[in-house]
Amino acid sequence: MIIPKLALRNLLGAGLRTWLNVVVLSFAFVVIIWTQGLYEGMNAQAERASVDAALGGGQYWQEKYDPLDVFSLEDAHAIVPDSLGAMIAANRATAILVVQGTLYPKGRIHPVMIKGIDPDQQLLSLPSHFLKTGEDRFPALIGSRMAKSTGLKVGDTVTMRWRDAHGTFDARDVEIVQVMKTIVPSIDQGQVWIPLDRLRILAGMEEEAGLVVVAQGALERPEAPGWVFRDLDFLLSDIKQLVRMKSAGAAILYFVLILLAMLAIFDTQVLSIFRRKKEMGTLMAFGFTRGRVIRLFTLEGALHGVLAAVVAALYGIPFLTWFARRGWALPEAMDSYGFAIGEKLFPVYSAGLVVATTLLVLVITTIVSFLPTRKIAKLKPTDALRGRMS
Amino acid sequence: MENSYLIETRDLVKTYPMGEHTIVALDKVNLKFEKAEFTGLVGPSGSGKTTLLNIIGSLDSPTSGSAVVMGRKVEGLSHKQASALRNHHIGFIFQTFNLLPVYTVFENVEFPLLLLDYSAAERRKMTMVALDWVGLADRTRSKPAQLSGGQSQRVAIARAVVKKPALILADEPTANLDAENSHHILQTMERLNRDLGTTFVFATHDEKVIDYLRRKITLFDGAVAKDERMEPQRPGGEKR
Ligand SMILES: Nc1ncnc2c1ncn2[C@@H]1O[C@H](COP(=O)(O)OP(=O)(O)OP(=O)(O)O)[C@@H](O)[C@H]1O
Ligand SMILES: [Mg+2]
Repeated sequence: MIIPKLALRNLLGAGLRTWLNVVVLSFAFVVIIWTQGLYEGMNAQAERASVDAALGGGQYWQEKYDPLDVFSLEDAHAIVPDSLGAMIAANRATAILVVQGTLYPKGRIHPVMIKGIDPDQQLLSLPSHFLKTGEDRFPALIGSRMAKSTGLKVGDTVTMRWRDAHGTFDARDVEIVQVMKTIVPSIDQGQVWIPLDRLRILAGMEEEAGLVVVAQGALERPEAPGWVFRDLDFLLSDIKQLVRMKSAGAAILYFVLILLAMLAIFDTQVLSIFRRKKEMGTLMAFGFTRGRVIRLFTLEGALHGVLAAVVAALYGIPFLTWFARRGWALPEAMDSYGFAIGEKLFPVYSAGLVVATTLLVLVITTIVSFLPTRKIAKLKPTDALRGRMS
Repeated sequence: MENSYLIETRDLVKTYPMGEHTIVALDKVNLKFEKAEFTGLVGPSGSGKTTLLNIIGSLDSPTSGSAVVMGRKVEGLSHKQASALRNHHIGFIFQTFNLLPVYTVFENVEFPLLLLDYSAAERRKMTMVALDWVGLADRTRSKPAQLSGGQSQRVAIARAVVKKPALILADEPTANLDAENSHHILQTMERLNRDLGTTFVFATHDEKVIDYLRRKITLFDGAVAKDERMEPQRPGGEKR
């Protein structure tokens, strides 16, 4: 009972020095949670954007379809089964046909996936309505990254070559009707979107598709022989993989921030504890055992962490809440992060993050206080009383 | 009869290694102190007074020889046992005060009581009594940094006597006090000595202290040069 009382007394008695430490630590708290929240928000946003623009509520894949294996695409198409056809007719799904092809922008060769999509679909945020042109034009839709890497602009005409169902190559010119600004790389990089009907004709794949995207919220999962249903967990797994890889980077940032905060604490803690050698000697002279001295000074250090958590909560909660509501308008340059990023980023603070950060800071302040204290408490009281650094 | 001595040292030696030499701080000190003595250690600077007080107070252990304090062999005490001995029975007054800087005067004096089983009310009462003795009852809320040297010294004295220990070891307790305060403090100590049988061992150069002593031990180069019983020179002291 006496130890906590004295620890608190020491802490508050030290006044400014304590509060300086506490403020530095609390700052570390808030910055860590803030940056990690932004980061988690970024990931959540990337996932949501992918779902909205490309993944829907899940996808039926023709059993040979594998977006990671370009050579499998040749065979990855089949007539849409009636069960899925019914869903498509009811606007609860939309078909996509994928054919391997090549663009020749300004004479250069650019391998692409030609994707046929229904210009009238509204189930994905992908702006397929730009493909609604007259029969006299042959529209194609690309993303901004694709536009950048091919040098194509709206209104440009480019030669597109594809391989049809019989393995024969054919080519024709298409007109870029729109460059869409999307944050989802999977519908942008190396993709050319054209109307589904026209691709079916060009490729000789009438009534066929490579995948059927189910609407978000459509719960039925009809049997479709020769087709496999891929749920969002599966479809998001490579995004999640990417997130996990990037998380290693984020963990380093997290670690560096903690380290910086700890350095500040360690510095003041070690200095003050060595400066307080004489004080420890005095405590021992009055009958404090070593264990008690160690407990007192360790608790005192750990209380810095507790106070910092309280102070951080005082200004951190309002700040972080305000920030989460307001979002963060990202500068253009952030796009080169190569990730799906929205115009505005909304941080996500998970309870796990807050708890883990708090615990980590507490544990580290405790250790940082314990180590130098233990060293001094090992001294003979007379040596500690002499009080000089050694 | 051995047990009747409060403190007994036998061939007490303390040396400090100093490069190739060793400094002999105490050289075969044999001393016996009875309960309720009022004794001073005198001698030139470096003669070993502080070192002897530290060993008696179980803050330090001898290089060889033995010191028995209240029936316990200091050199054989575990760290915890030594802490308990100091906690219950010994009060220290340090040459350099060693007040706890972030505590108020009251908290400094109260501190030794926190380790003992006193209620808050008892602690408060005892602390105020001790502060009264040293004439600082009106400075309870001050911090050590706001006190003069003499006031700090008096707080240190109050802290040593507050728990009414059996033994008080006082290293130059009057070094920073003016004559009036010195006499007042010494008279208080004399009264404690007489009323409660508290044993006092001083290390001092101060003639004013020496005047109150009933026994004067002179150390020279770590050895006992003289050990004299004497009558207190200050009649006022005995009467009050
Ligand atoms: N920790 C130490 N290391 C080395 N030498 C020491 C140590 N402590 C004391 N000494 C030496 O032991 C001798 C006795 O010192 P001590 O402090 O007991 O003297 P003192 O009689 O109290 O002197 P003063 O009147 O100046 O306080 C001195 O020579 C001192 O230098
Ligand atoms: Mg001395």
